[in-house]
Amino acid sequence: MRQTRPWLASAASAALIAGLLAGCGGNNDSNEENTASPSASTSPSASESPSASASPSASEKPKENVTITLLTDNTQDGVAGAKALIEAFEAIHPNIKIEHETRPQGSEGDNFVKTRLATGDMNDVFFYNSGSLMQALNPEQNLMDLSNEPFEANILDSFKPTVTFGGKQYGAPVGSTMGGGWFYSKKIYSDLGLTVPKTWSELMANNDKIKEAGLTPIIGSYKETWTSQLIVLADYYNVQAAAPNFAADYTANKAKYATTPAALRSFEKLEETVGYYNKDLLATTYDAGLKMLAESKGAHYPMLTFAVPAIVQNSPDLIDDIGFFAQPGDSADSNGLTVWMPGAAYIYKNTKHAEEAKLFVNFIASVEGVTALSKVSKPSGPYVVKGAQLPDDTPQVVKDMLPYYDNNQTAPALEFLSPIKGPSLEQITVEVGSGKRKAASAAELYDQDVKKQAQQLGLDGW
Amino acid sequence: MNRRLSRWSIEAIAVLASVVIFWVPLYFVILTAMKDPQEASLMNLDWPSSFQLWSNIKEVVAARDYMLLRAFWNSSLMTVLSLVLMIVFCSMAAFVMQRRNDKATPWISFFVLSGLIIPPSIVPTIWVLDELNLFKTLTGIVLVEVALGMPFCVLLYRGFMATIPREIDEAAVVDGYGGYRLFFTIIFPLLKPVTATVVVTQAVFIFNDFTNPLYFFPGSKNATVQLTLYNFTSQFVSQWNLLFTDILLITIPPLLLFIFFNKRLVAGMTSGSVKG
Amino acid sequence: MSKIFKRIYTYQFLLPAAIVYLVIFVVPTGLSFFFSLTRWTLSDWELIGFDNFVTFFKEPSLSIGFRNTFIFAAVTCLAKVAGGLLLGVFLTSKIRSRNYLRSIVFFPTLVSTIAVGIVFSMMMHPTTGLLNTTLAWLGFEGPDWLGDTRIALLSVAFVDVWRGIGFATVIYIAGILAIPAEYSEALQIDGGNAWNKFWSIIVPLSRPATNSVIILSFIGGLRSFDLIWAMTRGGPGFATDVIASIIYKQYQGGFYGLATAGNVILFIFVTALVFPLSRYLNRTEVDL
Repeated sequence: MRQTRPWLASAASAALIAGLLAGCGGNNDSNEENTASPSASTSPSASESPSASASPSASEKPKENVTITLLTDNTQDGVAGAKALIEAFEAIHPNIKIEHETRPQGSEGDNFVKTRLATGDMNDVFFYNSGSLMQALNPEQNLMDLSNEPFEANILDSFKPTVTFGGKQYGAPVGSTMGGGWFYSKKIYSDLGLTVPKTWSELMANNDKIKEAGLTPIIGSYKETWTSQLIVLADYYNVQAAAPNFAADYTANKAKYATTPAALRSFEKLEETVGYYNKDLLATTYDAGLKMLAESKGAHYPMLTFAVPAIVQNSPDLIDDIGFFAQPGDSADSNGLTVWMPGAAYIYKNTKHAEEAKLFVNFIASVEGVTALSKVSKPSGPYVVKGAQLPDDTPQVVKDMLPYYDNNQTAPALEFLSPIKGPSLEQITVEVGSGKRKAASAAELYDQDVKKQAQQLGLDGW
Repeated sequence: MNRRLSRWSIEAIAVLASVVIFWVPLYFVILTAMKDPQEASLMNLDWPSSFQLWSNIKEVVAARDYMLLRAFWNSSLMTVLSLVLMIVFCSMAAFVMQRRNDKATPWISFFVLSGLIIPPSIVPTIWVLDELNLFKTLTGIVLVEVALGMPFCVLLYRGFMATIPREIDEAAVVDGYGGYRLFFTIIFPLLKPVTATVVVTQAVFIFNDFTNPLYFFPGSKNATVQLTLYNFTSQFVSQWNLLFTDILLITIPPLLLFIFFNKRLVAGMTSGSVKG
Repeated sequence: MSKIFKRIYTYQFLLPAAIVYLVIFVVPTGLSFFFSLTRWTLSDWELIGFDNFVTFFKEPSLSIGFRNTFIFAAVTCLAKVAGGLLLGVFLTSKIRSRNYLRSIVFFPTLVSTIAVGIVFSMMMHPTTGLLNTTLAWLGFEGPDWLGDTRIALLSVAFVDVWRGIGFATVIYIAGILAIPAEYSEALQIDGGNAWNKFWSIIVPLSRPATNSVIILSFIGGLRSFDLIWAMTRGGPGFATDVIASIIYKQYQGGFYGLATAGNVILFIFVTALVFPLSRYLNRTEVDL
């Protein structure tokens, strides 16, 4: 997903979750200790910072006041979450002040971050996606290696590959995991006597019944084009179940969407939903879509669970009317959830305040950090920081996801397994979902788009 | 009699049409800016049940640590500085270009005309600005605005310059004037009408410019008023009332400028762009 | 020219303008030819020959993009010429509301493109937008202005005309006012009516204004980006993509070399259309 909501992201494997639920809590290393991490491990730029190189440990000498800057996206959640983290952090470290700056979200935000890195004026710390988007940031040149930071011990292993480049880890998770699948209106389901579908054909049968009842079966919000990709992206669990090597072959230019039946099926499913959407599909915004869902003006909304906090905020009384299920496959035997990893906090390699930035990043990835964040931003799934529990007041719709984690029925989304994601997917899925392009042609077009991206990244084999 | 009646009715229709075509959207903006989020989201022309304009203004101004105030300051500074440079540079250049006629003239005209046609190449421009340490600076964005607005202004000035008789120059030279004294004390004041045109068109253009600040002047400290619109679009996604309040506020400065310079606009255009 | 005037009209006058123009505009434009041949990360580049151009031409939306760019420029340009001329004639005639109408027609030019885009995309919402609720009240069912791929581009073009017609009108007003009164006096003596006056005096003699409006609005249309981006982002799908928005998307993807190649293509496209057009217009211009 291109939409960035870093602290609301998702888990990769059940192993991860098992570990998470077991919740080993023995990780309360004091933050003071973090400063002691030898400056030898930091980038050459450390020499630019006289205070850092003068003394081996910042905690030993009288603390001077330092201001570092943080860049996050400009969503309401983004701003509120960053403020909460800064407040909690500044309370522990009164000598460090964090200035908060925001950037646009989506692909404009991607561009913003890349331009800043390329022109050498990135903020000291910034939040950004993990997975393929992070890979495109040229980490070796732009990001500080955090492999030896204390927080790494507290992070579930399944998260780490999403912020790893060339064997080094560059990011600390911000927020929770999230699932991609179908929200549904429990109210409409019970009114019409429907049950949660386990196969795609059951889902489509439900849609027919809803349509017959004169209601909108599926909410579409294509005014914000990124929302149109959900059905294709959330189908990855099913792709992987049928073609386990797809991600690797796809990265190596050996497998294509158009010629891999299991992958083509994702586009076909999207095509099958044509005609079940709200009439003003193309003019509806994400926010309006959430409102329709909360008010049961539509029965289904394919979306990421990061939508939950927004619904809680806008329609707190209606959150219990909403449920969630994974996008079903063609067989009931292989039913599972596609999950998204949290975004991450990265440190700019040429920061002048490496020590302070590291303190902050370590704080973000600690249980205290997660707790501070969870107060303003409700989790959209389990956390990847060991010992961080879902708060008691977590809505049922998020808890609907737990069985998939518990039963080992999850797969990470493709963007966490492969650096390749074509930039035009959202336009292509808009065309398919609005009935203007057939699945087969869409898959071919997307393969071309992917090729372009791989070539521009200079990947081998393209 | 019949003729007068038909003329009168045409005029009445025109005025009526202007109300529908131009006032309704404006009315819609003003009305929405006065509503609460719930009523604003209905997107209709109903009269607001309670007037929220003042609290909306307060909320928009206070958003993001008073970003809007900073943006007004940045935009004003950017506009004024660009205008001053543009007026001085372009009128000087146009003076020589119109008065001289030698081998270089067609080439210079060619370069100016190309500037009007060729789309600026954004990424290389960022690269050049960065090499000069001007990327993300007020100086940088001002220079970009000046450079990109230059062809149009030079053509305006050159067109108008043609209406100033050469005899004036000759008389001044006989009186012992040099080039600079001639230009700044005699010619430049005569250019007033076209300068007014440049001020209105370019001030409005620069103040309203969105793309250039987005690329060449990023950063929330650097925000310009158009970028607040862009920033608030995602933040106020369900609060159309606030977004429209912002639109209303940032439209006021160009409007004032226009009211002030309205009459001079046509005069400057007359001999300017038309003959350019 | 005498020596003394060469000294008076010294090229020093050109210097400040030339420096800014060269550094900020000419140099980057020149560089774009080079960088369009590279895979480029701003800090690092690698020559890859014409691959970027090959990729760009394979871009699925490019053929739509070329067509849309041309249609958008032609439609807005024609509408501004026709509308500007008619309004110009009307607003130079003896009517009482002249000053009010001149001001109101010019008013949209003052509002930022982004603001106009936001307001109109709300008014064009298919179910709750002002346009369609009004049509429904009159008993018609309005189309999905920005969602229907067949009319989305025209809807945006309409908004562009709404915003830009004031400028065209001002140019025409200036042009019409510059026509010497003797011509219409002569026509009156010959017994011509208003219709004759329009066709045989105003249309030919406001030709310089027409040329300005055509060139300015055609170039503006070919390069147009922010309104389209504010209203449809090139969508639905690729239906309203123009070359400038395709370039912007490559830029967003971080494909700087590719985006720059697109810039070069747009440059060639615009030049290939505008230079002949401007030459033609200048050649056929009637001298006063």
